[in-house]
Amino acid sequence: MAMTALRREGRRISGLLMSPHPVNLLRSSLASSEEQVLVGARSISTQVVRNRMKSVRNIQKITKAMKMVAASKLRAIQTRAENSRGLWQPFTALLGDIPSVDVKKNVIVTISSDKGLCGGINSTAVKISRGIHKLNSGPEKECKYVILGEKAKAQLVRDSKKDIELSMTELQKNPLNYTQVAVLADDILKNVEYDALRIVFNKFQSVVSFVPTTSTVLSPEVVEREAEAGGKLGELDSYEIEGGETKSEVLQNLAEFQFSCVMFNAVLENACSEQGARMSAMDSSSRNAGDMLDRLTLTYNRTRQASITTELIEIISGASALEG
Amino acid sequence: MFRRVAVRLLSHLRPFSSSEVPTEPVADDLFMAAWRRIVPNLDPPRTPLAFMRPRPSTASAASTPSKLTINLVSHYSSALSNKQVDMVIVPATTGQMGILPGHVASISELKAGLLSIHEGDEVTKYFISSGFVFVHSNSVTDIIAIEAVPIEQVDPDSVQKYFKEFTQKLSAASTDLEKAEAQIGLDVLSTLHSSLSG
Repeated sequence: MAMTALRREGRRISGLLMSPHPVNLLRSSLASSEEQVLVGARSISTQVVRNRMKSVRNIQKITKAMKMVAASKLRAIQTRAENSRGLWQPFTALLGDIPSVDVKKNVIVTISSDKGLCGGINSTAVKISRGIHKLNSGPEKECKYVILGEKAKAQLVRDSKKDIELSMTELQKNPLNYTQVAVLADDILKNVEYDALRIVFNKFQSVVSFVPTTSTVLSPEVVEREAEAGGKLGELDSYEIEGGETKSEVLQNLAEFQFSCVMFNAVLENACSEQGARMSAMDSSSRNAGDMLDRLTLTYNRTRQASITTELIEIISGASALEG
Repeated sequence: MFRRVAVRLLSHLRPFSSSEVPTEPVADDLFMAAWRRIVPNLDPPRTPLAFMRPRPSTASAASTPSKLTINLVSHYSSALSNKQVDMVIVPATTGQMGILPGHVASISELKAGLLSIHEGDEVTKYFISSGFVFVHSNSVTDIIAIEAVPIEQVDPDSVQKYFKEFTQKLSAASTDLEKAEAQIGLDVLSTLHSSLSG
């Protein structure tokens, strides 16, 4: 049988390879034919690994690019957010901040992002909003949501659909500015009845740290009530109110102005937090992709070397079978 | 029941503390306690009190301070913070109001106009577009304006140009809204014009 195979192989390949040594000829021809059969079976597994490596490499490139984009957006908006921090301080200095105030109509304004892939900031904002809702629910008390941003809407619609008063999305289509936020605040104040507005957002402390924060803005009636009750607001009576016709008119304007200022700062801080969170999420994603790529490369090399070793073993065993 | 007791406690506690050491509470204790009780798994959110810049206490001082401390903030910058000046003239809705050290504590609404800050012999002028001014009892004054522009940066030619434009808009306005908008524009521009000259 070996003789017939030799003759067959010899006739086929004699034209191609003029080798003086027939054994060599046989070995190489056997090797080439076997390799063809076996390479077909082996290359499927290396092909699979190679495809995975290609897709992981693409993902790594994309996440790196997203990180750069988020970093540049963060740079642009960070200075504005830091400059707007002085805006709400005089109000808190005058009126204090009393999140434990007991009122009938609470409105929770949750600020979140429209786009995803920004880590856990939207989930924390929603969790805190739910916590505040729980704190402020009770007999004769109602608690409504006003939602800014797609992500919080998606999460809150699931279990609190009837409590959502208003929802707004696509805030960041145009660069954020005070006029836009003032119109938004006006919208909310006109359409929602409130005694206390609690704004929930992520405050930007650094590129890696975002703290969920809540600011409370009280309606003028509640301010008057608290002023009479004493406490921090009790000193409010000592202030002379000038301008406008009545004291309540000025207090009304004050509450509205406070709300728009606090909203402006909150929206900017949340935008910064979003970009920062996206940067760190994309960074860890590229790092994971890099690790995965390393592991896949090792697997690929191992598979490749195993196939070469198998090939060699077969050649050598074939040759030794012929000799012996 | 807890809340009622707490409110009574609050009214008992606060006046006591305000007459004593001027330390602001870093967080609202009632809120923190209620949070820990009802939502124990999450960390409580921070409140603006935790991020306030330290301020001199508003407890009434024995003597009137010699200088006024002003903070001028707008939505894009804190133009002035803790600046010591002699006098400030603000365009309140009731007219030009001068604030000197020892002014009574007050809250006033501002309309568009000229803000002038007098420090010794020099006068700095800003044009502000409405806002509020808080004067505290320790002569710390907060001026919160939507826009505060140093008057040097205002260009008189563009003021004239926009004045003509808005007069045209007013005459062409059909709805009340358009009339109101054009009127507001004219008012601001005429104030701007008079501030430039005056």
